[in-house]
Amino acid sequence: MSLWLAVLVACGLSYAMKLSGYLVPPQALDDERVRRVTPLLPVALLSALILTQSLLDEAGRLTLDARAAGLAVAVVALMARAPFLLVLALAALTAGLVRMVAG
Amino acid sequence: MRSWGRANRLSPATRQGIAVGVATGAYGIGCGALGVAAGLSVPQTMLTSLLLFSGGSQFAFFGVVGAGGSAGTAVAASTLLGLRNAFYSVQMAQVLRLSGWRRLLAAHLTIDESTAVSIGQATPSERRRGFWVTGLAVFVLWNLMTLTGALIGDALGDPRTYGLDAAAAAAFLALLWPRLRGLDPLATAVVAVVLSVAVAPFTPAGVPVLVAVLAALVVGLSPRPSRVPRP
Repeated sequence: MSLWLAVLVACGLSYAMKLSGYLVPPQALDDERVRRVTPLLPVALLSALILTQSLLDEAGRLTLDARAAGLAVAVVALMARAPFLLVLALAALTAGLVRMVAG
Repeated sequence: MRSWGRANRLSPATRQGIAVGVATGAYGIGCGALGVAAGLSVPQTMLTSLLLFSGGSQFAFFGVVGAGGSAGTAVAASTLLGLRNAFYSVQMAQVLRLSGWRRLLAAHLTIDESTAVSIGQATPSERRRGFWVTGLAVFVLWNLMTLTGALIGDALGDPRTYGLDAAAAAAFLALLWPRLRGLDPLATAVVAVVLSVAVAPFTPAGVPVLVAVLAALVVGLSPRPSRVPRP
């Protein structure tokens, strides 16, 4: 497979996956069990995404580094009901400072 | 001062969507630089941002190509990372309730960021607004910054220096936060994290996030008292 073809196939598959949910017939989603599960899908995926972005290293092991410090500060800020942008700024500042100090 | 007044009147979904767009867009520079460094041409790199448009998939694709892996492996890695968008699309289809060509556009913008901002909102109209504002903001900025990165390289340095990776995770957490008050979402999040930690050391990139789908199934299909409080 040439690189061009690989790029195009990857693009096509990406779009097909994104489109799939929109093509599910509405009747199929009326089922009570389906209606309970689907709102939980983004919650589950984003929870795991936050974990992999902040607490796992490249080998998939739990790691406490600058990213974890940023996440911890974000948790505290959210518990203190800080506004959205402040939460982001504090997390970024914390991670940046930890990295600067650590080296 | 009129512009300030306008900015204050922007809805939460709009403000959050733009903020997430800016934070995510900043990563586009790295995407463009990495694509070219991995051996893709500038048009090929741009095509991934325009058409593939899923950061994790793009980085996975570049990673395999850059390491000398086969084209097939690059496609597989990219697809594994993008599979979670299929699960987002099931939920977003119900939030957006679209028909016709708008579904085709919505599908293209169905990514982590647009889904996260949408589910972080309190009303149906804000959920829809959050999806569109975020999807479009990320798309425009991601592509502009990819082009910048592909042409001039990583001139601004690693976005991690500025803690932007932590800001991205914090944004997802802040958007998820209001949802975690419900018992089902909280249980789902906990099970998702446990599953993800358990499989992460043994599985390729993408799988530790995908496995979280099981958490939604386990919690959503578990028996419960007959009176279910609805969000």
